[in-house]
Parts: sequence; C-alpha cells; structure tokens
Amino acid sequence: MKKTSADVLPGLSEGGALGDHPLLAVDNLHVEFRTRAGIVRAVNGVNYTVNSGETLAVLGESGSGKSVTAQAIMGILDMPPAVIPKGEIRFKGTNLLQLSEEARTQVRGQRIAMIFQDALSALNPVFTVGWQISEMFRVHRGMSKADGLKKAVELMERVRIPAARQRVHDYPHQFSGGMRQRIMIAMSIALDPEVLIADEPTTALDVTVQAQIMELLAELQRESQMGLILITHDLGVVADVADKIAVMYAGRIVENAPVHDIYKAPAHPYTKGLLESIPRVDLKGHELYAIKGLPPNLLDLPTGCAFHPRCPYRQDDCVTDTPPLHEVSGTRSSACHYWREVLDGEHQ
Amino acid sequence: MGRYVIRRLIQAIPVLFGATLLIFCIVFALPGDPIAALFGDKRPDPAIAEVLREQYHLNDPLLLQYWYYISGVLFRGDFGVNFADVPVSQIMAGKFQVTLNLALTALVMEAVIGVGLGLWAALRRGKATDTMILASTLLFISVPTLVTGFVLQLLLGVKLKQWTGADIFPVAGTFAGWRSYLLPGFVLAGTSIAYLTRLTRTSLAETLRADYIRTATAKGLSRRRVVGRHGLRNALIPLVTFLGADLGNLMGGAVITETIFNLQGIGNQLFQSVYLREQPVVVGIVTILVLIYILANLVVDMLYALLDPRIRYE
Repeated sequence: MKKTSADVLPGLSEGGALGDHPLLAVDNLHVEFRTRAGIVRAVNGVNYTVNSGETLAVLGESGSGKSVTAQAIMGILDMPPAVIPKGEIRFKGTNLLQLSEEARTQVRGQRIAMIFQDALSALNPVFTVGWQISEMFRVHRGMSKADGLKKAVELMERVRIPAARQRVHDYPHQFSGGMRQRIMIAMSIALDPEVLIADEPTTALDVTVQAQIMELLAELQRESQMGLILITHDLGVVADVADKIAVMYAGRIVENAPVHDIYKAPAHPYTKGLLESIPRVDLKGHELYAIKGLPPNLLDLPTGCAFHPRCPYRQDDCVTDTPPLHEVSGTRSSACHYWREVLDGEHQ
Repeated sequence: MGRYVIRRLIQAIPVLFGATLLIFCIVFALPGDPIAALFGDKRPDPAIAEVLREQYHLNDPLLLQYWYYISGVLFRGDFGVNFADVPVSQIMAGKFQVTLNLALTALVMEAVIGVGLGLWAALRRGKATDTMILASTLLFISVPTLVTGFVLQLLLGVKLKQWTGADIFPVAGTFAGWRSYLLPGFVLAGTSIAYLTRLTRTSLAETLRADYIRTATAKGLSRRRVVGRHGLRNALIPLVTFLGADLGNLMGGAVITETIFNLQGIGNQLFQSVYLREQPVVVGIVTILVLIYILANLVVDMLYALLDPRIRYE
C-alpha cells in the first residue's frame, strides 16, 4: 500500500481538527546562504501565520527574503549553500524542519503546494501539460495514465482553460502566458493542498490577465478553504484579495496587519513609503514619491534597524537598537521604535 | 512531424549536390595529368592518350563530367571505374563494412561511457569523483590518437595476452569478429568520449538549475524522478546532436586507427587512393561519406524533433 502523509506524520490527520495550532506558522525563521563572498543573511527572524481560508500577502522588494522564506517552507532551498540556523516552520503544529526528508516529500506538493512566477520556465518544455498535471496523480496516488489524464482535464476545466480535452496533449510553449499560469495553478491544486504559496504569480503577465489570475486564485481558495500565501512586490495586486499583509524588509517582517488597516494608516515608515510611491491619478503632474536610498546589502546589513539609512523618522537609537515587533493592536504589529508617530502621520 | 521530416529531406538535396560537386572539383583540380601518369616514365602516344581522354570524358567541360558521374551514382549505383578499369564499387566493397563496424562500435562506446561518466560527474559535482573524471577527460583530449592507439594496443593487446594467456583484445585485423573492433573502437572514440563526458556533465548540471526542476521538486517528486525524468529528458537534447554529427567524424577520421590496427577499411583505402591519385576512387569514397553524413544529420534532426516539441511545432 502506498504511504499517505498521514502515515509519516502521525500528528497530522487529513483535514483533522486543528486544535490550537494555526494551519501554518513561521516562527523566528532564519536563512543564511554561506557563499565565498561571505554569509548572506537572507531571512533574519520571520514570523507569520496563515489559517484555513485565509490569504496572507507577503510584501517586499527583491531581496527582502519573501521568496526564500517560501522556499524554506516548501523545503526546496538548495542546502548547502542555504542553511537554516534558527527557527521553526510548523504545519498544523508539526515542525517541518525536524521531519525526515521522506516525510517532508510527503508534505511537499500534496499538503503544501507552490506556484512560481514565470510559468513558461517553470513548466517542463518537453512534456505535455496533461502529462505534467497527471504526474501528481500517477506518482502520489498511483493512478493509471488514462485516469490521471482524465483528472488533468477536469483540473484544466476547473481553472477555465478553454477546450481542455483537446489541449491536454499540448506542450507549455503552445499556450499563452495567462493560460500557462492557469496550468501551473491546476497542477498545484491537483491534490487539494491545505496551503498554497503563490510566488509572484502575476508578475510576468499583462495587467488584464493579472486580474483574471488573481480572481481565479481567490475563487479556488474560497471553494477549498486552503490557506493562501501570496508573495508579491505589487501593492495593487494585494488590496482586493488579501486578508492580512506581512511587509518584509531585509529578511525581517517590519509590519503585520489586516489589509484595510495598513492601507488606512501604515505603522512602519517602509510601508508608508511603499504606499506613497503608488502612482495616483489625483496627483498627476507631481513628482512620484520614491523611497530614497538603496535596498540593503545582505552581506553587510546596517546596524540596529536595517531600514534606518533610508528612514525619514530615524532617531539615534535606530542606529544601535534593533526594534522588536511592537504590538500596535490585537491584530497588528510593527518593527519600528516610533510606530506611534508613523501611525499618526507626524513627520519628524 | 510529417511535414518537418519532408522539409528536412528536401533540404538535404542541395547539400548532397553541393558537397559532391565541391569534392569533384577539388579532386580534379589536383595537379598532374592522370592519363600521362598511366604511361609512367614513357611519353604517351598522343593518339592513344586522346582516345583515353575521350573514354573518361576528360575533354568535356567539368560540369558535364560531374553530371556523367552523379547521374551514374544516383540512377545506376555506378561509381565508375578507376584508370585501371577496375570498378570503384568493387574497390570499396567490404571496406565500408569494416569502417562502419568500427565507427558504430566507437559510437556505442562513446554514448555509453561518455554519457555515463558525464552523468556521474554531474551528480557528484565538486566532489572527488567529479574532479577525477574531469582530469582524465582532459588527459584523453590532450593525448593524440596515435599515442593512445599504440599504448592501448601494447597494454591491452600484447601485454594482457602475455600475462593472462587470454586473447581478449585482438591486436590487428578483423579475424576475431566483433571482438576485433573493441580496442580500435575505443581508441577511435577516445577524444569523443572525453568531449561527450564534459558536454553531458555541463548539460545536466545546467538543466538541474532550471526553473522546471524546482517545480518538479516542489511537486513532491523523489530526487530520482526529478533528475531521471525531468532533468535527463532535457539534458539529452544537445547530446544527441553531438553523437549524430560525430558518426561522420568517426568514419572519416578512422584513417589513423585503421592503420594502427591494420583494419582494411575505407580510411586506409582513401589514404592510398589520394596517394596514388586514383581520383574516381577518392570521389566515390567521399561521396558515400557525404551521404552517410547527410543521413546521420537527418536522423539527428528527427531525434531532435522527437526529443524537443518546441522544434517539432515550429
């Protein structure tokens, strides 16, 4: 008999009661890349949680560690050079980092799935899309080729690919960008994962197609009640679909908040800067705001708060003391010593 | 797929004519009068020489000569006669078989050893095995066939027989059937094995860095399946091209190996014919080599299309 994930994860029953545990919790996660040039500290203590039916948007610029965190959750980091010196990733209370590779493989793709940014390069060019989708059923569920393909057609219809029955035998390069991303999504939800991580799923797409893909993800999530982690650098994408937002900077969470709160009044200068740099029609003709300075060098992070060299609220203690995540309210937190001032909109 | 094959076949036609015409021109542009050469040191009788020239169409324009030749080859399978009136096909008979056996033996060794070592190295990248394989390929590339040929002939052919008493690798000739081709085949394939090892290693290592490999891992597939199905299928594509193109090289480049191991193959014959100015024989051999080259490339193109759907549907 084929082993199911329930066998290798005694604590994890299929769809069982969650108890007190959140569906997925990242706790004080650290990830380093030991390279010849030195240690790149990509993730420096990340905390976030996702529950069933909840959408968490992880926001940050390139190099902020949002994708590395996701890859650590999936367990697809190349180790070495990557090392996880500290932290836990708990899936229904079980620390994934302590599981054997075999047990980890049972979670990967079946319980926690991931979709990637560029579907053209993320799909294998030499196999048909039907083959690639049905591989999930053949490998993990021991299904026959024919049954697997039937499932693949169903999934392709579910993500609304027209003429799925005919197109199941086509290759990835024969699809448009949006359709390819739908195939990627179909493949990732094949085995009804409880958590879906979408790493910039719409970045490579046209704006109109972006909206369709986001809508599709939101709809699939409503149907299956999975936890969705949406990684993006685009604030516009997030607003409609996310329940809460985690903003990352230099490998740390700088602000955690429900989505409407953050848009109304950010509690961290970096979030505030991001919001102000969105182009607005009513300010047409004015110079577009940009956060001054450059993203930090991960080989040599600034002391204290990593954002201090670029921060308009900077005080002396920002240079020396790393701010912890201050609780702003029951559902919000901010890693800024002066979150009150930021929240009030007072410029120092 | 069908249209792709037809298109490739049609493309092969001008290549065949172009290549054979070029060879025809070059060989006949070689200095020296073949009729005069027939008479050795004696001055030829002008009347007899004229009759001979007429007989071999030597007075006709070059293009017409080419037409006589190529139409004979294509429509009658007639490669003409040499200046001693021996049919060229008779001279070539049997020799092509020897060279083909040799080249195919070399090709199989190349594919098995080269791809095998390359995969092994790629999967142990940066470790001792990898370094050792890379170093030994460098050795094989740097040492000429002439040296590896004689050294292996001495060690595996002569010494091994002296030490063990068993004649595993015959030293010369083709008397021992397929075993006769093992040693020369390996010598002939030597540098190609080394190149293919390196190519395989690079190809697989590069493929394993691709995004779709990360996807395959994220699907929860075993490492074995990720590398063996998703990686290998893609890494194979450039290797097939190399192998196909190399068949032509192996057949044309067999001269040294055939000489060392005294195999009566086409390489040996070609060398002698060039030496003796037997132009019809040279053109005949080279024409067949060109044909094999074109055929091998056609097969490669088909395999390529079979392996890479992006090409098939272009």
